[in-house]
Amino acid sequence: MEHYNMNLNLKVWRQKNKNTKGTFKMYRVENISSEMSFLEMFDVLNEQLIKDGESPVAFDHDCREGICGSCSMYINGKPHGPWQANTTCQLHMRAFKDGDTIVVEPWRADAFPVIKDLMVDRSAFDRIIQAGGYISVNTGNAVDGNTLPIEKQKADDAFAAAMCIGCGACVAACKNSSAMLFLSAKVSHLALLPQGAPERTTRVQNMVAQMDKEGFGSCTNTGACEATCPKEISITNIARLNSEYIAASFAD
Amino acid sequence: MLNSKIPAGNLEKKWEDYKGHCKLVNPANKRKLEVIVVGTGLAGASAAASLGELGYKVKAFCFQDSPRRAHSIAAQGGINAAKNYQNDGDSVFRLFYDTIKGGDYRAREANVHRLAEVSVNIIDQCVAQGVPFAREYGGLLSNRSFGGTQVQRTFYAAGQTGQQLLIGAYQALERQVALGNVTMYSRHEMLEVVKIDGKARGIIARDLVSGNLEKHFGHAVLLCTGGYGNVFYLSTNAMGSNVTAAWKAHRQGALFSNPCFTQIHPTCIPVSGDHQSKLTLMSESLRNDGRIWVPKNLNETRKAVDIPEEERDYYLERRYPAFGNLVPRDVASRAAKERCDAGYGVGTSKQAVYLDYAAAILRYGKIEAGKQGLENVTQEQIIAMGKEVVKEKYGNLFDMYAKITGEDPYEVPMRIYPAVHYTMGGLWVDYELQTTVPGLYALGEANFSEHGANRLGASALMQGLADGYFVIPYTIGNYLADEIYSKGVDTNHPAFDEAEKEVLARIEKLMSIKGTQTVESFHKRLGKIIWDKCGMARNAEGLKQAIAEVQALKKEFWSDVRIPGEINEMNPELDKANRVADFIELGELMCVDALSRNESCGGHFREEYQTEDGEALRDDENFMYVASWEFKGEHNWELHKEELKYEVIKPSQRNYK
Repeated sequence: MEHYNMNLNLKVWRQKNKNTKGTFKMYRVENISSEMSFLEMFDVLNEQLIKDGESPVAFDHDCREGICGSCSMYINGKPHGPWQANTTCQLHMRAFKDGDTIVVEPWRADAFPVIKDLMVDRSAFDRIIQAGGYISVNTGNAVDGNTLPIEKQKADDAFAAAMCIGCGACVAACKNSSAMLFLSAKVSHLALLPQGAPERTTRVQNMVAQMDKEGFGSCTNTGACEATCPKEISITNIARLNSEYIAASFAD
Repeated sequence: MLNSKIPAGNLEKKWEDYKGHCKLVNPANKRKLEVIVVGTGLAGASAAASLGELGYKVKAFCFQDSPRRAHSIAAQGGINAAKNYQNDGDSVFRLFYDTIKGGDYRAREANVHRLAEVSVNIIDQCVAQGVPFAREYGGLLSNRSFGGTQVQRTFYAAGQTGQQLLIGAYQALERQVALGNVTMYSRHEMLEVVKIDGKARGIIARDLVSGNLEKHFGHAVLLCTGGYGNVFYLSTNAMGSNVTAAWKAHRQGALFSNPCFTQIHPTCIPVSGDHQSKLTLMSESLRNDGRIWVPKNLNETRKAVDIPEEERDYYLERRYPAFGNLVPRDVASRAAKERCDAGYGVGTSKQAVYLDYAAAILRYGKIEAGKQGLENVTQEQIIAMGKEVVKEKYGNLFDMYAKITGEDPYEVPMRIYPAVHYTMGGLWVDYELQTTVPGLYALGEANFSEHGANRLGASALMQGLADGYFVIPYTIGNYLADEIYSKGVDTNHPAFDEAEKEVLARIEKLMSIKGTQTVESFHKRLGKIIWDKCGMARNAEGLKQAIAEVQALKKEFWSDVRIPGEINEMNPELDKANRVADFIELGELMCVDALSRNESCGGHFREEYQTEDGEALRDDENFMYVASWEFKGEHNWELHKEELKYEVIKPSQRNYK
C-alpha cells in the first residue's frame, strides 16, 4: 500500500455546551499521513489548537479499535464517514486525498443532545435497555450451560444481532432519528434465544414504549440505518421486532 | 503486616469452607448498606449487578458515557472454564495448575484454585443471561485452544467474547438500575478515596460534563478500574484506561504489588509511525491456526509469498516443539523480539514478524472438500473454501487488520509485533479481595492476585467475572456484617470536605501551571522511557536511568504542562492531565520494583538473569514473594514481602519445549 501525506481543510462543529448555540469553524491540518486513523488526525489538530492557545475539539473515543461504540462523528454527511461497515476510529486517512475539505459534525437527533463540540448524550440508549433489554436471571441461578442446546443458526443469528455496539450511527443516519435498528437488535438477540422466552412479550412492549418516550422518531423503512451500521446489523431485525410487537399486543 | 487471610484446610476445600463460615448480612440490613463500585468493566458491572441483586444499595461509576463501553469490551479471544466439555482431560486442577505455571509461580495457590473452581459457574451464568457463545451444529457450546494449555477450554463468541460478556453484565447492571438497586454515574471519574477512622467510607468524584466535584458515601468501596498498561502510552488499552483510582488508593495506604509484572502481547499490529495513538491487538486465538515466521536470510528483500518454505524460520515451532505457536505470551513476545533484534524482522520498520494463514487456509479447504464429498477439486477451489472457514472463525479480526494496514490478510501474511496489553500487578488484596485499607476492595485487573508474573490468554475475562459474580458477593458480607451498626455518614463530615479540598487544590494547581507543553507530549515521553527501559527486557543500568528520567519528567510536568479550558466545564485535557500525573508516579514505582527483583520471571525479564538459551531464570530462593509497596511520600516506597507458599504444586523451571 502506497503511503502519502496530505494537507486538509476541516470544517468542524464547535459548541461550548448544551446551552449555547454551535457553529462551524474552519481549520487546516498539514502533513497528515495516509496511515493515520481519522481520530489520530484529530489528535494532530488538537495538539495544534492547544499550542495556539485555542480550545481543542471535544469528541468521544475510547477503544479506538471499533468495538466500544464511543466514537461518533458525522463525516461528510455520513455517520462514521465514507467506509462501509466501519467506525470513525477505524476510518483511515487513505480514504482522503490532498486538498480535501472534510465536514465533521456531531450526531444530530433530539434524543441525543450535544454536550460539547462533537460529543452527544446517548444515555437514552441505556434507558431503553433498562426498560427490558435483559434476561432476568440473578447471579447463581443458572443451570449448566449445555443443558439447553440451541440450534446453531439461531445462536448465530442472535450473535449477529448482539454485535450492536450502541454507537447511535443508525439514529444519526435516519431522517426521522429513529432508534428502531438499535432496539430491534436487542429484542432480536434476546427473542431468538430460549433463555429470553419468558419475558418476550413484556420486553418488546416496554422497550418500544421507552424508545417513544425518549423522543426518537418513527421508522419509515428507508434502510439508511442498515447501510451505515458499523456492525452491519440487518434491518430484518426490525421486521422481527415488528412481528414480536404485534404478537405481544395480541397476547395482552 | 500482610495477612492474606487464606483459609486453613485442603486447597480444594478452602473456598467451600470459607463460604460455609463467613458472616452473612440479613436482607433487611443489606438495604441499609451502601456500596460504591468504581468502574463498570467485567469486574465492576458484574459486582454492581450481583450486589444490587442481593439488596445492597449500590452506586456505580464509570468515566465513559455508558457502562457498556468499559474496555473489557475489546477482549477478543475467549474465556477459560474447566468444563471439560471436550472430554480432553480438563479439570479444575488442570486449569489451576496451568494458571499457576503460566504465571511462573508468582501467584497464590488458594486464589487461583478458587478462580478455577468458579470458572464453570461463570459460563453457566453467562449462558443464562443470553450471552451468544459459539455453538456446534448439535447446539452445544464450542471450545477453542489458547496459549499455555494443551486442552480446549476456551469459550468464545467469534472474536468478540469480551463484548458479549460485558453486554451480558451491563444488561444485568441496567436491570438493577431499573429496579432502583443501583444508581449509575456515567461520565464520572473517581479522584480520591475518603477514609474515616482508617476505613474507606466514600469517594470524591468529578462529573466530567460539568466539572463539578461530588462527594459520595459508601460503607465499602470497590475499585474495578482495570490495569495500568497506558503508562507505556502505546498499548492495546483504551485511550481512557488509567491508573488514577488505584493510585489514589495507593497514596491513601493501599499497597501496590508487583507493578513491574506487565504483559507484552505477542500478536499486535506493528507501530506505523509517530502519530500512533494506540496499538491494536490481534487475538491470541489467531495463533491456533496461524504460523509465525521470519525469513532465514538476513536482509531479505523478497515479498513474503515469494520466500520458499525452506527459507522460512518458524522459530516458535523450532524452539518449542511441544507447544509450538501456542507458547505463553511472554515466551512468544520475547522470541519475536529476539528475532527482530537479531535483524530478521520484516516490514518497513523491521520490527515485525509474519503471522501466516496460508497453511491453515489449505488445511481447512481440504477438510471442507472432504466434508462435502467433493473430488477433483482444484487448488483454487480448496483455497476458496478454506478462506470461507477462516472467515467464519476470525473474520472480524481479518477485517480489522485490513482496515488498519490496508493489506488483505487472506492473501498476504499479517505482520505482527508485541505490544503492551495487560498488567498483572495491581493493588494488593487478601483472599477476600480487600486491600490493606479496610473497606476498600480491588477486583479484576486492578488487583494483583491471580496471574502471577504472566497471565494466560482467556483468563482476564474469567478473573473479572469470577471476582464480580462469585467472590465479592460472599467476601464483602464478611466485612459488612460488622458495619450494620454504622449509620451512613453525612458527606458533610470533615473527612469528605478535607478530601474534596485537596482534590480541588490539585486541579487548580494543574490549571495554574499554564506552561508550554501538552499533556500528550508528556505522556509520549513517559511511555518511551518505560518501554525502552522497563519493557520486554530490563537491566539494572537502564532501570536506574529510567528512575532518574521519570523523576525529572515529573518535575517538568508540574512546571510546564499546558492545559487549556476551565475547571468547571467539560475538559478532556484536564481529565488526561490528572491521569498522566498519576502514570508518571506509577512509572517510577514500576522501575523501582523491576530493579529490586533480581530475577527473571514471566513478563519480567531481567537481562542479567537468563538461562544459556535465553529463557527467564527465576530465583525461587530469594524472590518467591509478592513485592508490595507502601507509599511513604514523594519518590519513597517501603517494600513488604508476602511469601508465596506452594503446598500443592512444586515450582519448576517452566518448560514449553
